[in-house]
Amino acid sequence: MVASLRELRERNRSVQATQKITRAMELIAASRITKAQAAARATLPYTRELNRAVSAVAGHSDIRHPLTTERDSVGKSAILVITSDRGLAGPYSSNVIRMAERLTQTLLAEGREVVTYMTGRKGIAYYEYRQRPLEQTWAGFSDKPTYADSDAISDALISKFLASDEEGGVDEIQVVYTRFESMLVQEPRVRRVMPLHVVRGEGEHEIGPLYTFEPDAETVLDELLPLYVRNRIHFYLMQAAASELAAKQKAMKAATDNAQQLIETLTRQTNQARQAKITQEITEIVGGASALAEK
Amino acid sequence: MAETFWVEVVSADKLVWEGEATQLTAMTTTGEVGILAHHIPLIATLAAGTAEIAASDGVRHIIAVDGGFVSVTTEMAAIISPYAALAHDIDVTEARRTLLNLEAKREAGDNSLATRSAYHRAMAQVKAAERHK
Repeated sequence: MVASLRELRERNRSVQATQKITRAMELIAASRITKAQAAARATLPYTRELNRAVSAVAGHSDIRHPLTTERDSVGKSAILVITSDRGLAGPYSSNVIRMAERLTQTLLAEGREVVTYMTGRKGIAYYEYRQRPLEQTWAGFSDKPTYADSDAISDALISKFLASDEEGGVDEIQVVYTRFESMLVQEPRVRRVMPLHVVRGEGEHEIGPLYTFEPDAETVLDELLPLYVRNRIHFYLMQAAASELAAKQKAMKAATDNAQQLIETLTRQTNQARQAKITQEITEIVGGASALAEK
Repeated sequence: MAETFWVEVVSADKLVWEGEATQLTAMTTTGEVGILAHHIPLIATLAAGTAEIAASDGVRHIIAVDGGFVSVTTEMAAIISPYAALAHDIDVTEARRTLLNLEAKREAGDNSLATRSAYHRAMAQVKAAERHK
């Protein structure tokens, strides 16, 4: 059935309006990725100094700290899943959620208990719709995380990790986030944040300066490790934010291109319908004229 | 002219200040330390409060810190504090208002860790901003 000319024109206009919106969203996402990347770069000095301090303490003494100690048996795991607050970002959130689901299945199959922490409204909605329990949730900052957000999340995770078994403590904490490889590639990843695995920096061959610690190495470590955890979490949040924006840009670009194709098809159909109408009118006139002439 | 050394102040989200300085004074949990060029390598935990940098161009920079570290190596000194901020970047009235709010909260019996650390942070900012004047 060929649609009427008026209907075709209307549909064309509506697709054009949608295209304007998706193009605007694409451009907004693109400009915000640049900002997100700049924010990520700005945290590098802090990360560098923190890592240096950690490896200085690590080089000074054997680290014996609750945050770095491997538990004998892992009976209970916690996972933190980083999703987005809003949709229109293609498969971004569903990819992370799928990864988290797979991880949960593996852990359950190994006979562990799993508690889930969630950031981002999409992930929260997914779990709530399925009536699955979430230990704690955060939302509202998925595309622009601040350090204070990471602070809140890390504090919750650290106290969960340090809590005893009776208080519902967990033996390890993993994070599922999306790593920003490039503008085109973003991949969901799983990383373990606790217990911490401390890398001894440039290596043990090189003799670093002999540091003095005030008040002492243990206290410094006590202060340092939570900051280290927070920094890791902040890093994951920022990676996820950049990935979310990149995914959104990609999705909106696809939508804009798709709208363009639709517009072309619709324009062709409109023209065809118009031509058909004109042809029909001419045929009618000619037919009418010759009918009169035959008399 | 006193000898200078390289100083960096980093907060969690940016490099707050860097440059040559003649002296760095910071409040650690065990007391105030003054650091000059060629100080021995040191890592000390900082208390919430202020740090002061005497830059080589003669300018005095005051920085609000909220915990964190001062780290001195043979090449440089660094203040690593998640919420470090330069005093002249701090809005005094805003910081005072936050402080008052938090004081009220504490008097109301809220003694949670979050409130306490926010209180210390606000206090450090107010102090730094006042010293800057």
